[in-house]
Amino acid sequence: MTVFRPLHGVLWAVLALILCASPSLAQTQPEAFIGARILPISADEIEDGVLVVQDGRILAVGPAATVRIPEDALVHDVAGRLIMPGLVCTHSHVGGPWAADGSHPIQPECRVLDAINVRDAGIQKAQAGGITTANVMPGSSQLISGQTLYLKLRDGEIIDDLLILDEEGDPMGGLKMANGTNSQKAAPFPGTRGKSAALVRQAYLDAQEYGRKLEAAGDDPEKAPPRDLGKEVLLEVLRGERVVHYHTHRHDDILTVLRLREEFEFRLVLQHISDGWKVSEQIAAAGVPCSIILLDAPGGKEEAVGLEWSTARILEEEGVPVAFHTDDPINDSRYFLRSAGLARRGGMSRQGALEGVTLVAARMLDLGDRIGSLEVGKDADFIVLSGDPLSVYTRIQQTWIEGEKVFDLADDQDRLWAEGGDGASRPQAFTWCCHEGGE
Amino acid sequence: MRKLIPSIALLTLLIPAFAAPALADLAIRAGTIHTVSGEVIQNGVIIIQDGKIERVGKDTSIPVPGGWEVLEAAVVIPGLVDAHATVGLTGILNISHDQDHRDEGEQMQPELRALDAFNLREPLVEWVRSFGVTTVHTGHSPGNVITGQTMIVKTAGRDVDDAAIVPFAMVAATLGDGALEGGTKSPGTRSKAVAMLRTELLAAQDYLRKMEGEERPDRNLRLETLGMVLTGEKPLLVTAQRHQDIRGALRLQQEFGFRLVLDGAADAHMMLDTIRAAEVPVILHPTMMRSASFSAGMETENLSFTTAAKLHEAGILFAIQSGYESYVPKVRVVLFEAAMAAGYGLDREAALRSVTLDAARILGVDDRVGSIERGKDADLALYDGDPFEYTTHCVGVVIDGVVVSRETR
Repeated sequence: MTVFRPLHGVLWAVLALILCASPSLAQTQPEAFIGARILPISADEIEDGVLVVQDGRILAVGPAATVRIPEDALVHDVAGRLIMPGLVCTHSHVGGPWAADGSHPIQPECRVLDAINVRDAGIQKAQAGGITTANVMPGSSQLISGQTLYLKLRDGEIIDDLLILDEEGDPMGGLKMANGTNSQKAAPFPGTRGKSAALVRQAYLDAQEYGRKLEAAGDDPEKAPPRDLGKEVLLEVLRGERVVHYHTHRHDDILTVLRLREEFEFRLVLQHISDGWKVSEQIAAAGVPCSIILLDAPGGKEEAVGLEWSTARILEEEGVPVAFHTDDPINDSRYFLRSAGLARRGGMSRQGALEGVTLVAARMLDLGDRIGSLEVGKDADFIVLSGDPLSVYTRIQQTWIEGEKVFDLADDQDRLWAEGGDGASRPQAFTWCCHEGGE
Repeated sequence: MRKLIPSIALLTLLIPAFAAPALADLAIRAGTIHTVSGEVIQNGVIIIQDGKIERVGKDTSIPVPGGWEVLEAAVVIPGLVDAHATVGLTGILNISHDQDHRDEGEQMQPELRALDAFNLREPLVEWVRSFGVTTVHTGHSPGNVITGQTMIVKTAGRDVDDAAIVPFAMVAATLGDGALEGGTKSPGTRSKAVAMLRTELLAAQDYLRKMEGEERPDRNLRLETLGMVLTGEKPLLVTAQRHQDIRGALRLQQEFGFRLVLDGAADAHMMLDTIRAAEVPVILHPTMMRSASFSAGMETENLSFTTAAKLHEAGILFAIQSGYESYVPKVRVVLFEAAMAAGYGLDREAALRSVTLDAARILGVDDRVGSIERGKDADLALYDGDPFEYTTHCVGVVIDGVVVSRETR
């Protein structure tokens, strides 16, 4: 849902920051959702549940019999519906977040921050699909294609409106890497798998050397090496401050990634892993979380020929944390829940499949303490559904982020984004209100 | 050992496609039988003899002879008919050696036969079969003004000639972005594409006239094939997504009088009255076909998950297709496309018809497939629940009375 704001975007962002930073200054009316079945994910299902939210956070969640609804609360009767946490997509390309270009296989200096179009209809469609948080990544045509962004899919006019800031106030995100066939092409790109690995190893070795020089220089700027944007980012990875999201499909490519991780000790999420079922023991031994893509068929390229829907089950049995992703536009964000359904079809537990689009996914983005489950104190990110989340007949009715409704199927424009139709892929309209008003 | 299971599963899937059909006596027991042509039968039995459906009805009225193999399932439906695909011409690896759906050399190639390219042993044919797809209308893809011919084929058999139901089904044409070329190549515009198609059809009219005359011209495969479209022997399957391209296809049909089948038709929801008035059937795009690629501007940008429901409500004969995919997933499973349409408001029985009997009617093979009726081919798909649900499994597939898959998919 787009809110046509009566304020200039930047001004609004500043205001929003003030409000977020000091919720006590702006106590809003609590809102209570009653009558629904609630799947908190972190706890057992609640047959007749109540969810209370205030100031963008969850104030209370539990059975109707035990939760006290504040007297001043705005009450939403959602009887017959189901409420669960907002969905977390660990790998998305909504907004066209292309960072690196075709000039070189290693470009960690490129940022999604500088690329994404937050007015892309894909973001509105993702809201319609119940996605409240997404790791928006550059592509897989390079070995290192740039810095990703973890975004709240709030209604926004500029990218700043969607950022998730860490304790230092910096935008949260990871680093996108890829091996396998997508990045193999004419030099300077690798022509073989061996070359791919060697190029990546040298890049990290260079970053280590850069780090040593920085350390040796201490506080003396005269002795410090010139700033290197790419190496600075790789240093963040080497220090464990930035998670690597690694596109990898084939069994041997997965093992190559595990080998690189062992050598450089970076924090890692394996992404896609079509062949994951073939090397599940090695993945489990490394203790690396996996985000799996569930496609309607194997193949389309050689590295994905081994794709099986049972990968989620097999990794779950090995104790590996498993999440899913849309890879939008590969799978449309509007049916992200279908991925959980297909994982269940492949034998994964129902709980595991639901966690894979919520809490486990949130943990892969270092956001497990803020989102991914309905718990007191967590962000009020949730969705209201017409029925069981793993049924094809279920429709997402509403999507809420930090207590704000960003999607409502009852709204005509939102329904257009949810179902498609004339104009459904057009970018959001730009509002000229404030400029014309001379503010 | 556990990790070997998927590959073993694939191997066992491979076997039945090439085994000679063993026409043993077979019966199916099911909690629910969707005959599609008639009533839904609870606690039903299907008796199969010589590859055909011999009887179908309540289990209380049909005894199963002793010694027969009996398959059991919660739900049985007719084997799925995919109204338009490229599977078998497009392969799993997606490299030039396994992509025979489109020759880019020329824009106008109606003479290219699907029969000469279809690979019955393609793993993706086995993939779709394992979900219950028993008949596919496959062949040359969209992409040239006329890309080539299509065929209708079972997904199992001794070889392509054995599996084919209709070796030459339609001629595949494209209007719109899909057939436009860049630089100095033609067609560079929609108008040019239509002009090229009209010119070629006029040439075929001329060829037909001369063939009637005393001195017949030399045989010309291209014009001969287009002549079959002009005489109504073969339909012209026109892939057109945008409304102006759909209108263009209807305009051509009015000018030349051929049998038109509208394909894709992403904008159909904007012009339901026009399509209904033209009385042409629609083979609708996959419900999950991509509507946009990072930004607006694709010719499918206005597609809707609800178009199938709207075509049904408008009384237009339509089927749902798996379509053509250039990347991943390399093939779509038409069952899931119908399921998604049902999820977005299409009547569930109509959704089932769109991938069985209505597809067979549009393809002209409803005398053989598409419903569970006495005398029809024994093509059946077995499930452990509602076939449309994400979490349901296909548990068996029968083609011409032969069990071709016993996998749980």
